[in-house]
Amino acid sequence: MKTRYNNLFINLKKNNEKCFIPFIVLGDPNFETSLNIIDNIIKNGADAIEVGIPFSDPFGDGPIIQNANLRAINSKITVSKCFKILKILRKKYFKIPIGLLTYANIVFCNGIKNFYKKCYEVGLDSILIVDVPVEESSVFYKHSLKNKVSQIFLCPPNVEDYTLNKIIKMSNDYIYIISKPGVTGIFNNKIFNTDTISNRIKKISDIPLIQGFGIYSKNQIKNILKSKIDGVICGSIIVNQIEKYLHNKNKIIKKINNLIKKFKESTKI
Amino acid sequence: MTILNSYFGKFGGMYVPQILVPALLQLEKYFIKYIKNKNFIRKFKELLNNYAGRPTPLTLCKNITFGTNTKLYLKREDLLHSGAHKINQVIGQALLTKKMKKTNIIAETGAGQHGVSTAMVCALLDLKCKIYMGSKDIYRQNTNVMKMKLLGAKVIPVNTGTKTLKSACNEAIRSWSNNYHNTHYMIGTSAGPHPYPTIVHKFQSIISSETKKQIIKLENKFPNVIIACVGGGSNAIGIFSKFLNKDNIKLIGVEAGGKNNNKNGASLKYGKIGIYFGMKSNIIQDNYGQIKDSHSISAGLDFPSVGPEHAWLNYIKKVKYVTINDKDAVDAFKILCKKEGIIPALESSHALAYAIKIIKKNPIKKQTIIVNLSGRGDKDIYSVSSFVKK
Repeated sequence: MKTRYNNLFINLKKNNEKCFIPFIVLGDPNFETSLNIIDNIIKNGADAIEVGIPFSDPFGDGPIIQNANLRAINSKITVSKCFKILKILRKKYFKIPIGLLTYANIVFCNGIKNFYKKCYEVGLDSILIVDVPVEESSVFYKHSLKNKVSQIFLCPPNVEDYTLNKIIKMSNDYIYIISKPGVTGIFNNKIFNTDTISNRIKKISDIPLIQGFGIYSKNQIKNILKSKIDGVICGSIIVNQIEKYLHNKNKIIKKINNLIKKFKESTKI
Repeated sequence: MTILNSYFGKFGGMYVPQILVPALLQLEKYFIKYIKNKNFIRKFKELLNNYAGRPTPLTLCKNITFGTNTKLYLKREDLLHSGAHKINQVIGQALLTKKMKKTNIIAETGAGQHGVSTAMVCALLDLKCKIYMGSKDIYRQNTNVMKMKLLGAKVIPVNTGTKTLKSACNEAIRSWSNNYHNTHYMIGTSAGPHPYPTIVHKFQSIISSETKKQIIKLENKFPNVIIACVGGGSNAIGIFSKFLNKDNIKLIGVEAGGKNNNKNGASLKYGKIGIYFGMKSNIIQDNYGQIKDSHSISAGLDFPSVGPEHAWLNYIKKVKYVTINDKDAVDAFKILCKKEGIIPALESSHALAYAIKIIKKNPIKKQTIIVNLSGRGDKDIYSVSSFVKK
């Protein structure tokens, strides 16, 4: 079955481009501004978007994303409001792949079956649950298949063969390659060399590989995309603009627009 | 895949980012290998006896029970070097760390007792030590912070989130996912992802092994009731473990009732099942799945979840879980000081308060109660004094 991601990767290849996916937290800093930011991100060149449902304890993320989660929660963003935003987005942007990132308790608390059903109903393309490794994924995966919402797995470059094979088998649209140990953030330079892992995967599968964690500059993106990596996800550097210019909405939009244009430009090969 | 069962019934599991799974599997592998190794066990026991100060006595409290038919014993984990039961399992985990050839330890702490135990054993075994502690807890447990620093540990204040144990746990996981290759995360309680709850259960079971022998020697029979406080649940699982198959012994876990049903640390009573801190267990959370702030006068019980084995024991009704509020815990703290000359930790005071309730309810009943006095209360005198002033 052709998915939005499939179509996207085919089209990008035709145009000699790789994929650029910005990440932001839904409802950060509030419902309206968040929608506005996403509109601008899409207009300025995002190939797909990844959005987070805020969680009070995002221990897989660094302080920038953590603060975004807390800002959203403090502005009374709930899971149902997040689905409202997603519904609006899907209506406006039919073709763009929209991926969700969240934590296990958000899915579990809302009922796994019910949560995936809602994802299907709003036309979500993928879901990544930070604290659900493949070892704990069977129930989640079952509902992802049932609801045609692609399950995305985080894949560390030093992953063992057994786990890697499982990740490849369970992934439909792309695999999220982690570019550094630790959590999300923009100031940790400890980037893994992901050539080995991308070669390992591409030997057995042609599934697209998207790299994320710690990507915050044009040069980094260019370097990463020289390899077999098919695209990048950038989160903290974008979200940081919201924190920096919190009381000046226009400036947030302007700064984020500049980043999006610059980063998308770097994916053209 | 895990070798041991990672679940207690429907509770437990290994809910962490994928990057940490190999570190957990490595820990499980080493635990399985060395828990049956005679030399490892000999070294563990030697340190428990000659460094930590085991066995700890069972003390009969004659004054509190005066005029009643209850025999109340305290299992004196407060007399251990470091002042709390925490050191039992820290020694075990530190020895595993050496076997894994890791050189660094990170830990989180609430009341500071786990931090102090970790810092001590790291000094002893030459391991580098970083302790994450919420800035609110640093303020209320300053004596323990000073001890940790003197012992050579780096205490890292956590200013994010609630600034208590919950935030410290998040920071410790963040830090671990950056350094797992040379660092062991010394989880301080029977909570967290597999294999921690199993490991902590095993190392803390020394408490009930001793208790079983001691009570038979003293009374020639098993007790009627065993009571322990429950935050994450390590001292409770420690004293319950060898009695779990005895149907005629009532096992009671006491959670922090805090101020009221909105401000407490009682995840079994007021929480519901969810996924947090690497495990599926009972969690204090809102209707949307956001983890709520817990509250307890006792920093060690100020945690919004509980070990998965306790969630299971509660679910199958093998252990009865109750709550004691801040005020009753402080009253029990004062009673033990005045009547028996023992200053208990505020955590243990919760268990003691429930024992006093049972005794008062039926003073003529002939019964033997054991309370696990999990730690000593020097660290809590300022919290108690400011509570009394209010």
